[in-house]
Amino acid sequence: MLRAASLKKAYGAIHAVNGVSLDAADGETIGLLGPNGAGKTTLIGMLAGLVEPDSGEVRIAGEAIGGDTSAVKLKLGLVPQELALFEEMTANANLDLFGALYGLSGARLARERARVLELVGLSDRAKDKAESFSGGMKRRLNLAAALMHDPQVILLDEPTVGVDPQSRNAIFDNLEELKAGGKTLLYTTHYMEEAARLCDRIAIMDHGKVVANDTLSELLRLIPVSNFVVIDLAAEGFDGMPELREMSGVAEAALNGRQLRIGVEALSLLPDLLVWLRGRGAEIEHILTERPTLETVFLHLTGRSLRD
Amino acid sequence: MTAFVALVRKDLRIFFADRRAVIMAFAAPILIGSFFGYVFGEPRNPKDQSRMKVLVVDQERQGAAKDLIASLGKDPNLEVAASELEAAREAVRKGKVPVAIVIPEKFGEQAGQALFGAGAKPEIIVLFDPSHRVEAGMIRGILTGQVMQTVTKDAFGGEGGKRTATSMRRSVEGAPMEASEKSALTGLLQSVEKFNARPQAARGGGGGGLTIPFAMKDEALTSRAGVVYNSYAHSFGGMAIQFMLFMGIDVGIGMLLLRQRGLWRRFRAAPLSKTTLLGSRAVSAMLVGMLILAVVFSFAWLVFGVKVEGSMVGFLGICAAFSLMTAGYGLLIAALGRTPEAARGLAILGTLLMVMLSGAWVPSFLFPRWMQRVTTLVPARWAMDGLDAMTWRGLGLEEALPAIGVLLLAAVVFGAVAVWKFRWEADG
Repeated sequence: MLRAASLKKAYGAIHAVNGVSLDAADGETIGLLGPNGAGKTTLIGMLAGLVEPDSGEVRIAGEAIGGDTSAVKLKLGLVPQELALFEEMTANANLDLFGALYGLSGARLARERARVLELVGLSDRAKDKAESFSGGMKRRLNLAAALMHDPQVILLDEPTVGVDPQSRNAIFDNLEELKAGGKTLLYTTHYMEEAARLCDRIAIMDHGKVVANDTLSELLRLIPVSNFVVIDLAAEGFDGMPELREMSGVAEAALNGRQLRIGVEALSLLPDLLVWLRGRGAEIEHILTERPTLETVFLHLTGRSLRD
Repeated sequence: MTAFVALVRKDLRIFFADRRAVIMAFAAPILIGSFFGYVFGEPRNPKDQSRMKVLVVDQERQGAAKDLIASLGKDPNLEVAASELEAAREAVRKGKVPVAIVIPEKFGEQAGQALFGAGAKPEIIVLFDPSHRVEAGMIRGILTGQVMQTVTKDAFGGEGGKRTATSMRRSVEGAPMEASEKSALTGLLQSVEKFNARPQAARGGGGGGLTIPFAMKDEALTSRAGVVYNSYAHSFGGMAIQFMLFMGIDVGIGMLLLRQRGLWRRFRAAPLSKTTLLGSRAVSAMLVGMLILAVVFSFAWLVFGVKVEGSMVGFLGICAAFSLMTAGYGLLIAALGRTPEAARGLAILGTLLMVMLSGAWVPSFLFPRWMQRVTTLVPARWAMDGLDAMTWRGLGLEEALPAIGVLLLAAVVFGAVAVWKFRWEADG
């Protein structure tokens, strides 16, 4: 349904997007994960036909976006990162306007308006001005405005920025409903938990490039750690770190004060690890195990944190 | 077409939802236009006529000087008050009065002799505030007329005149000159003495002195006989132009805000042509502009009796052309401005300059000659002159056509530059 090939866009010396290719099938949700400035918004802009690529092409259902009035745009819905609404107008008036931009009018416009208001749970506030809405409600209206023309591909540029957990869950429910309805979603975020919950595949972007693009389980395989063992020692000054890092089955180890954080290739190493620590005279106060996350994957792939 | 209409309707909705914009667009031009119309217009009650304050320092304190002060006091344009010299100087220096007149000692006697070419002319000092040169000039004119009348009245009937005629006749009789010349002058002065010696009534009340030997009849040329100049026509036209241009700024800033608020991304993601995006904004701005003109001139008509005395078609044509030009001006601001904040200051400066040069605040005939020529390049000047021509001047359609042509040309130029320089791409 959505295919982007070798997209490049530079602003002066800055390569905002540098050779990105992406595919998304019908009903598939792709997460585009990356820190601020990674090039996600520029990539979305090119996919939506807003930004002219320096090279590469975008096809929706096999057709390239050709010109301002291209009919292909009818298959695309864009949810901008900003609250792109006319706050001085009612929810109804906003939706009517954005529907009309895609050629809707009359009964069909009214029907679609009712449908999207129902979807985002704002039917009872339809006649209220957007400026009277909470942040979460505005985000939902922002989503609804992009759905008026019932697009097949929906590009969501960080649609939950600044939203409270309750509204975020409501938006997730909306997106899951769209996904269940066979829509293709491309979802940019820098919240790993959102990508993990919603996306079939996750593309990790950094410095304008996609550094990994796979399912969550496959991405987690990219790092040689199956679990992290976090051990609180009774005292500081543990001096066995060089030997610990050399131990078979230990992928990485770090000491922070009294806390040891050990990445192991398999959790079955844990008994041997505890015996070894006791042999080194280390008194253990607390033990915790953690699974690796997308954050770990990102750190492993890029050498920096997702929130940098 | 659905999208175009929806975009126009959206602009109108937003305009009317913004109370500040509505007040600025409708109430402000009406209020300021009413103020300027009142200040610069003819007062309906003569008692409301503004009179120029003049201080008079009388150093003679008798005869002709007293008569002169009394005459000045009767002039409807002056508000005369007596003063001492130092107090008068101080009052003018501090700007409390624009002009003070100092009448010297022996004014009547010296003026009477100077009238017949004998003796030095008395020197009347006019003290004036340099920021009131126009008033000073007007007062000099009034003073000249009143002095002539007072001095000749005194010379041909007053006590000073009698003394002057006798004294001069004696001087002539004793002077070394040709007999025929002496005889003629002596005869003239004897005739004056005889005239002065006659009783007041016998002179048929003709003791008014010499007066300016002509009368002036003012005729203000307006659209036709019986139609008086209505200063509100100019002031309402000027203010409508000013606030329409301000509305043009709002159009431009509004488009820049679309970009800042992410709405431009949403618009560009939709299958809309550039013509639809810019054209709809131009049409909505033009509609609002026409509405401003309609409301402002309707108010002026209902309250102050401002009428389109000339061609109604020409008036409507100028209104439409100026509204279109304003729309183009707004698009130009949107195209050239990088951010709303940066564009606002420059746009306001440009607009105020355009309004000032249009003659909306100060009539353009007061500008230096070179500036008057330059202002013909300012489209708002054509709108101002065109509205004047169609309202109180009562001129025909042929007088509106050049203004309409220039305004349409300006609209096309502004629009073309806007399309050329407009950043279509959404920020990445």
